[in-house]
Order: sequence, then C-alpha cells, then structure tokens
Amino acid sequence: MREITLSQAVNEALREEMRRDETVFIIGEDVAEAGTPFKVLAGLVDEFGTGRVIDTPISEPGFVGMAVGAAMTGTRPVVDLMFGDFLFLVMDQLCNQAAKIHYMSGGTLRVPMVLRTNLGATRRSAAQHSQSLHALVAHIPGLKVALPSSAYEAKGLMKTAIRENNPVVIFEDKLMYNDKAPVPEEEYLIPFGVANVKREGRDITLIATSSMVQVCEKAAETLAAEGISAEVIDPRTIVPLDTETLIASAKKTSRVIVVDEGHQSFGVTSEIASRINEAAFYHLDAPVMRLGAMDVPVPFSPALEDLTVPTPEKVVEMARRLCAGEMIHAA
Amino acid sequence: MCATKTSRAAKAAPKGNSEDYLRMYRQMVRIRTFEDNANQLYLSAKMPGLTHMYSGEEAVAVGICEALTTEDKITSTHRGHGHCVAKGAEFKEMFCELLGKAEGYCRGKGGSMHIADTSNGNLGANAIVGGSMGIATGAALTSKMLGKQDVAVCFFGDGATAQGLWYEVMNMAALWKLPVIYACENNGYSEYTKTDEIAAGSIRGRAEAFGIEAHQVDGQDVLAVNTLTEGLVERARKGEGPFFIELMTYRYHGHHVGDINREYYRSKAEEKDWKDNRDPIIRFRGWLVSQGLATEAEIEALNAEIEADAKAAVEYALAAAYPDGAEVDLHVYAPTDPSVFRPGA
Ligand SMILES: Cc1ncc(C[n+]2csc(CCOP(=O)(O)OP(=O)(O)O)c2C)c(N)n1
Ligand SMILES: [Mg+2]
Repeated sequence: MREITLSQAVNEALREEMRRDETVFIIGEDVAEAGTPFKVLAGLVDEFGTGRVIDTPISEPGFVGMAVGAAMTGTRPVVDLMFGDFLFLVMDQLCNQAAKIHYMSGGTLRVPMVLRTNLGATRRSAAQHSQSLHALVAHIPGLKVALPSSAYEAKGLMKTAIRENNPVVIFEDKLMYNDKAPVPEEEYLIPFGVANVKREGRDITLIATSSMVQVCEKAAETLAAEGISAEVIDPRTIVPLDTETLIASAKKTSRVIVVDEGHQSFGVTSEIASRINEAAFYHLDAPVMRLGAMDVPVPFSPALEDLTVPTPEKVVEMARRLCAGEMIHAA
Repeated sequence: MCATKTSRAAKAAPKGNSEDYLRMYRQMVRIRTFEDNANQLYLSAKMPGLTHMYSGEEAVAVGICEALTTEDKITSTHRGHGHCVAKGAEFKEMFCELLGKAEGYCRGKGGSMHIADTSNGNLGANAIVGGSMGIATGAALTSKMLGKQDVAVCFFGDGATAQGLWYEVMNMAALWKLPVIYACENNGYSEYTKTDEIAAGSIRGRAEAFGIEAHQVDGQDVLAVNTLTEGLVERARKGEGPFFIELMTYRYHGHHVGDINREYYRSKAEEKDWKDNRDPIIRFRGWLVSQGLATEAEIEALNAEIEADAKAAVEYALAAAYPDGAEVDLHVYAPTDPSVFRPGA
C-alpha cells in the first residue's frame, strides 16, 4: 500500500469531503495561501478558492463563534485552530455554545462542525504552544473528541468527523505531521467509538492515545524481548470511548497501564483507569496505572521538557514492575 | 482631545545631551546584534525551537523604552527580544534563556517567547497574540490604585488588533483613566498575511472610538518615536492617559527564523526597499554624524564593542549548564508564608 504523511492524509480527507459536499468549508488563520504554518492545508485553496478556504484575522473566539452559527444554519465548517493551546480563547463558543445547543434546543438545532487542532510537547515551543488539552473538551458533554495516532487514522477519523452531526474536536500531534503510514487509495471512514487493537498480547494491556501509541508499541517490542507479552490498544476517539474493548482486554491480561500526553491529574488516564476499575476489578492483578504528562506547565529547556512526557522507557519500567507483582499494593 | 497626529522626525527636539542619543543608537545596535546572533544560533541548530526576529523594528522599542524609567512596566510579544534589550536586559541572561540554560532570566523555563526581566520592569513576552493586553492594563490599574507614578506600555502587533480582549481593556482603561500606552507595532504583516487583509477601517479609529488619544508615527525614526512617547508618558503620569500609538515599521526576517521562502506573500523588492532606504540604525547613525554628535570612527568602535559583547555572551551561554532536572516541578506554585493564614495575622 502507498504511504503518505499524516499531513497529506488530513489534506486528502478534507479535499475528498469538500468535493463530496459543497457545504463543507475551512476557516482559520493563514489557512489559504499559506496552508497553515504546518502546511497541512497546502493546495486546498487552489481547488476550492478563498470562498471555501477562508483566512481570518487573529480572532479565535470570533471565527469559532461564526462557525457555530454557520453550522446551525446549513453548512459544515472545519475550523482550523493553529495550536491546541488557543482552545482557552474559544472555550465559551465551543463549550457553552456549540456543545449545548442541540440539547438546549430539545434536539431542534444541530452544530455539525469540526474543530481541527493539535497537541504534543517536545517541540521546544514552551508553555503556551505545547499543551495537550483534549481532556478539557472531553469533559464537556455534547462534544466528540478524536485523537488520530497515524496518517491512516487521521484521514478516516476526519472524514467521519465532517459527516457527524455534532461538534467534533480533532487533535493531531504536531510532531507527527511528517510521519508516514500506509493509507489506502480507496475511500474509507473510521467509525467513532471503535478502538483499534494495534498489537495483541497476554500479560499486560497498554492503552495509548495519539502519539503515545507509538511510544507503547516501542515499549511492547522491548517487553517482548524480555518475555512480557503486551497488548496495545488505541481508543482512537475518547468521546465516544470504546469501553467494551478496553475492559475485555483488561480482563484478559489482568494488568493495565493507560498512557496519554495530557496532564496526568484529572485527565484521560484517570477516566479510563476508573472505567476499568469499575468494570473489571476482580479480574485485575494490580491497580490500573496511569502515565500522563507531568503536572507542570511545559518548560522550554530541553533538559526539563523531555522529563515531562511519557517515554517508552517509562512505560517499560512500569510494565516490568507490574508484571513482577511489585505494584499489587501500590497506589 | 482625540485628534490623530502624525509626528514626524523631531529633528530639532532637544534631548538632554549627546549621551542620550548615543545610548539610543547603542541600544538599537545591541538589538540588531542580539538578533543576528540568535539567528545564527538557530541556523547552526544550537538553539532549541523557533524564534521571531525583531530586526528592522529597533527604533520602536528603543524610542519608547528610552522614555521610560526602570520602574515603568512593559509587556512584550512573541517578537520580544527588542523590547527586552531596550528595557535594560543583559545579553548573557538573554542568550542563556534562549538556549534553555539555568542562568537565563527565567531559568530556561520560558525561552524566547516568554522572556521576562522583572529587574527592569519587563513583565514578559507572550506567545498568545494579544495575551498581554489585560496584563499591561492591569499593571496600570496597580499604578493608579497604589498611587504610584508608573506607566505601563503594552507592545503588540497589527495582527493583535483583531483580538477582542483589546477592546474590552481599552474601554476600561479609558473609563478609569489608566496610565497605559498601547503601542501597536504595525509591520504590515501578521504572519503570512498583509495587514490590509485582516484589519477593516482604521486601527487608530478604534482607539479613538473609546475617546483615547491616538497617534501614528514613523517607527523607523527613533527620535520621532522617543519625542512622542516622552510627552505621552509625562501626561500619563499626570492621569491624562490612556494613549494609543501606531508605529509604522517593518520586520526584516520572516515571521519566524524558519520562514525563509516568503515570496508568495512578500516581495524581495519590498524588503530591499525598507532595508536600503528606511533602516532605523543607518538613518540615526547618519544623523548623529551630521550633527557632530559622533564620528564615524567612534560609531565603528561602538559597533565593534557590542559585537564583542554579544560574542562573549553567546559563548558563555553555549557553555552554561542546563537546569537540574529537579527544577522541573519547581515554580508551579508560588510559596506562601503559612503565618498569613492565622486568623488575625
Ligand atoms: C491567540 C493566538 N493566535 C494565533 C497565534 C499564532 N501567531 C503567532 S504570531 C502571529 C502573527 C502576529 O502578528 P502581529 O500581531 O502583527 O505581530 P508580528 O508577528 O507582525 O510582530 C500569529 C497568528 C498566536 N500565537 N496566538
Ligand atoms: Mg505584524
């Protein structure tokens, strides 16, 4: 199968959906000719024009609010939010408006919009350009949240997101834009709420989101060499969350580590760990463990930044201890 | 009075003495030299991440900061090295910060986009466009509330005028007559987009709508900027603020150091025109010599001295230590003396 980058995959998904449905449009800062600072949207304006690939001033609450209104009245906007960190600027429009409108209107209004943004540290971009804020929006009922872990997921999830009748927030890992993966030429969509078992295993389950899937796949290789068989599962969307697949794996392996790049406290790892504890307690040999980003603003200095994120080494170390029975009474 | 004024080169404006002029020149050259070195660090892959160069806009930061005291506050932007130098920062601590070293102004935690130098009243650069508008206005509120004389200058770009926050804080600043000066560095671009395409109507008119006196000035003319600012600072101290200044300027480099191929949004001819014909340093140098305030030889010596300073600071920073890993979770919360929590304390 041909291989393309995550960036090309997103671009293709948008191109296909914009061809398929003329109400789909893109709005955001430097999306047209510049094609975003990451060049993800390069060339789309040439095909669809500035009427459907719309450059805005630096007015995030303004254009997200307009996307909400446009979505309510017959279009399907794809908002480009240059950095996930800018979510804090648009929280009212996204969480008080977009997320609640269908519910508040008793089901009479809909907000079929997509907000594309990113996450991920270690790009030496410091505290205001490195955050992974997906847990924050996942907390708000009414929003769906997708976390593609490769070019394949990025394309399939984006196409689903655009056809969804609900507001969807998609977080791409900004360090993965140039990573290649096999992506079929023929059309495919990836349904929301269906986890992907990336690697089967018997001894321990590693549940990982976004770029942490790569981290856990590397860890699984190392563990395999030591005779520990790790299962790696990518939920692909955290809202909706495929709890069933996660629980079935937990019951099978009896040990689970959840790895995610958001801050560890009050985050995705905590939520998934709780769901497994509630449903599989008697099947577990040890507490479900969490591995998230440290609870600190992301520091600039490489010497500090690298300490804040989960790494294959950290996953391996924790898995070894779990499998050795060391952490049975931990936590 | 809300008249829009265009202040032109204050050729005859008598500053204190030749030392003031030479310091202004020196500060502009220090900024340019700092940026040239920072760019080299990026190009030679010695600097982590990206950075935004201030080169070309030196007269703005220097003209304004030379009108301020150390106690006056500034807030800066993602393109903040110039503001930082102009407000009095040292090369060594700045380069250390850019390289993520422990001796940096922020112990390596902030980097280029978050440099703060509290010893000189710089409340920090900001990676959120417009993110410092509330902070600067709040600093002015402190000044008024505590009966101080400090003025706050809020630096921001033309692109930042699209942020709604600005209109909220301008309204309050005007209502409460706060000693804040909004300094819009209009360099014609916000990222890869021309200002005309992102700003409707008049930028000055927006400040005027709140009853704020608005000025436009040639941001390549350090004397014009300085003379205008001195007057406004003095009046702001007397409670006549807030004020707005639009400084017409130009950035020589790309939006950030990695923005090399930029002809799709900005022509080489345009860049050349600004560099050749409106360079703030060349212009001021010519003026200094023509006024007999410095000789060419003195200026060359000054340039060389600054060059050597920068080189030494870069070498120092390259060799300096990274922060210890234990610092990673230090400074998340500020300590509070527990005794203050005792009832009656
Ligand atoms: C809230 C926010 N939106 C977008 C960005 C990305 N961004 C960084 S600088 C910039 C352009 C700023 O233009 P301007 O204010 O004119 O400053 P200049 O870079 O020209 O100095 C943009 C869009 C950001 N950092 N923060
Ligand atoms: Mg600008």
